[in-house]
Amino acid sequence: MTKHDLRGLTRRQLLSRGLSVGALAVVGSGFIAAPDAAWAVEVTVITPEQMATLLQMARDIYPHDQVADRFYAVAVKGYDSEEMKAMVAEGVAALDAAAKAAGFDSYVAAGWEEDRVKLLQGIEMTPFFQTVRSGLVTGLYNQKEVWPIFGYQGESFSQGGYIERGFNDIDWL
Amino acid sequence: MAPFDKNDDSVVVIIGTGAGGGVLANELAQKGVKVVALEAGGRYLPEDYINDEWESFGQLAWLDARTTSGSWRVAKDFAGLPAWIVKAVGGTTTHWAGASIRFQDHEWKALTTYGPVEGANLLDWPIDAAEMAPWYEKAETKLGVTRTGDRAGLPGNNNYLVFEKGAKALGYKEVHTGRMAINSADYDGRMACQQTGFCFQGCKWGAKWSAAYTDIPAGEATGNLEVRERSHVARILHNEAGKVTGVEYFDKDGTLQMQKARIVCVAGNSFESPRLLLNSASSMFPDGLANSSGMVGKNYMRHTTGSVYAIFDKPVRMWRGTTMAGIVQDEARHDPSRGFVGGYELETLSLGLPFMAAFLNPGGWGRSFTTALDHYENMAGMWIVGEDMPQATNRVTLSETKDQFGLPVANVHFDDHPNDIAMRNHAYQQGMAIYEAVGATRAFPTPPYPSTHNLGTNRMSEKPEDGVCNRWGQTHDIANLFISDGSQFTTGAAENPTLTIVALAIRQADHIAREMSAGNI
Repeated sequence: MTKHDLRGLTRRQLLSRGLSVGALAVVGSGFIAAPDAAWAVEVTVITPEQMATLLQMARDIYPHDQVADRFYAVAVKGYDSEEMKAMVAEGVAALDAAAKAAGFDSYVAAGWEEDRVKLLQGIEMTPFFQTVRSGLVTGLYNQKEVWPIFGYQGESFSQGGYIERGFNDIDWL
Repeated sequence: MAPFDKNDDSVVVIIGTGAGGGVLANELAQKGVKVVALEAGGRYLPEDYINDEWESFGQLAWLDARTTSGSWRVAKDFAGLPAWIVKAVGGTTTHWAGASIRFQDHEWKALTTYGPVEGANLLDWPIDAAEMAPWYEKAETKLGVTRTGDRAGLPGNNNYLVFEKGAKALGYKEVHTGRMAINSADYDGRMACQQTGFCFQGCKWGAKWSAAYTDIPAGEATGNLEVRERSHVARILHNEAGKVTGVEYFDKDGTLQMQKARIVCVAGNSFESPRLLLNSASSMFPDGLANSSGMVGKNYMRHTTGSVYAIFDKPVRMWRGTTMAGIVQDEARHDPSRGFVGGYELETLSLGLPFMAAFLNPGGWGRSFTTALDHYENMAGMWIVGEDMPQATNRVTLSETKDQFGLPVANVHFDDHPNDIAMRNHAYQQGMAIYEAVGATRAFPTPPYPSTHNLGTNRMSEKPEDGVCNRWGQTHDIANLFISDGSQFTTGAAENPTLTIVALAIRQADHIAREMSAGNI
């Protein structure tokens, strides 16, 4: 199954090919996708459940309610690699074990962000958490498509700077 | 121009081409002195600079290995990146924000003015304000510093207007758009600032002074300066008489080369300069060159810094316009009633969203962090620059880690002095008060970034036992070996250091040319 195959599927069709995991994603064979099929991430090395866990972690570490899941999905898809496989497997297993000990089926099955954040705080000092967190600093915030959501305008030289475009236009002081 | 011969022992070799080395190279070349400047980085010019924080960082920053130790937060958050400085022709003058202010008179005499401070290794500079005044004037003219000579100030951007209103509400008097090496009108063949932002990423208009496109090409045009890019100096060589005779360096292909020299000037910044002296140890100088005092690498200073960001209920858009054109100078005075010696400047600063995410609260996560970024558009920012205390234990040493050439890298050890902490806390309070006075709804006392002002590791001293070099930057031990960068700073003062580094370089060029003519070196 490729990413393109998933495009245009209805939610019902998508659900027929996978299982809903947590609130964010539907997990199928070799992919995770948005429940409304707005985006999908293929996985070839790590499991779809592990990718769904990474996606939820990304949202819980840097939660911006106005930023769509697809940006977080882009930020974590690099973990689907041989190099990262062992760290991800071990890290997700530890996180899920902590979730079970706290009475949840898994980390992503904990419905409230507050509960999931407590689980993350428990693994905050691990290389797994620190790798995922520090990777998100560039993986999420350095996506140019994310910048307008925060109002940031990025490159300005090609437009002649702001000398004629509001460098001193503040009007509320 | 034909390159100088590697066996030509009449040349002056300058290591590094930033504010110190780049200016010294041009000034000597203008006087007819033959110079080979060895620069570890490549050459990037305005058309090459990138209006993108991470991409530019990858292009310009010094990313060779360094290690850190000590209790400073940088050692935890950015263990391999103690400094945010540049590896390129022109050095950190590509990246600097342009703030160009003179030391205050008393700051040349920190020990006399402040008295002994426990745990600090304070010392008076062997030079003073009167001696430096004409050199400062030359430096200001070279750089085209605004609000000096007849040059007008820059216009204030949104970030400045918020800062100014808050500062004035608090009663601050010395509030303006700074003395900046950024043109407010066409000057020296370079155009005026277009308020683009991205001062830190290299000015694509050339409105900000950088040695990369001013002093370096001016020196090259004389035929007396050859800049060898991507040439990493490994070792300074000396003879049996204890005089330096040349340098060994790795060229762009990684091949070891040797360049003979009459004089060697070290200007690799406060990490690389002491590292090079230490890596040049020999049987005659087992502790490294110019290190009979044991002071090479010691008394590392980085300014007491930190930032204050604040969120308002309406947009500011601080990233628009000149990054650092805004200053409050009222706190720069020495007034121990505040609970610390020395003073600090407050200067406007902004980061783009990608760097704000990296630096607002390094390691921070969760909603406390992300709700701050959610209001990025409504954010204003300022930077603290204050005098920090020299301490012998804050130092550059050789690390166990080796670089790509197999040379031990610099380890940078730093602990805040209690005076540094008291000053930073005072500055955080005042900075937050400025923003609260204009209605900030939330303020952030942001920890120091990887250091941009790296000073003092080969300090200037009257007595040879107190430091590495004399009043001319000439090492006490070796007459034809000079220190030409910020590492010669005896103390750091409260001001951004580039103007002083440039003034010292112009003065040093005058001295070296005179001594060469007299046959003394």
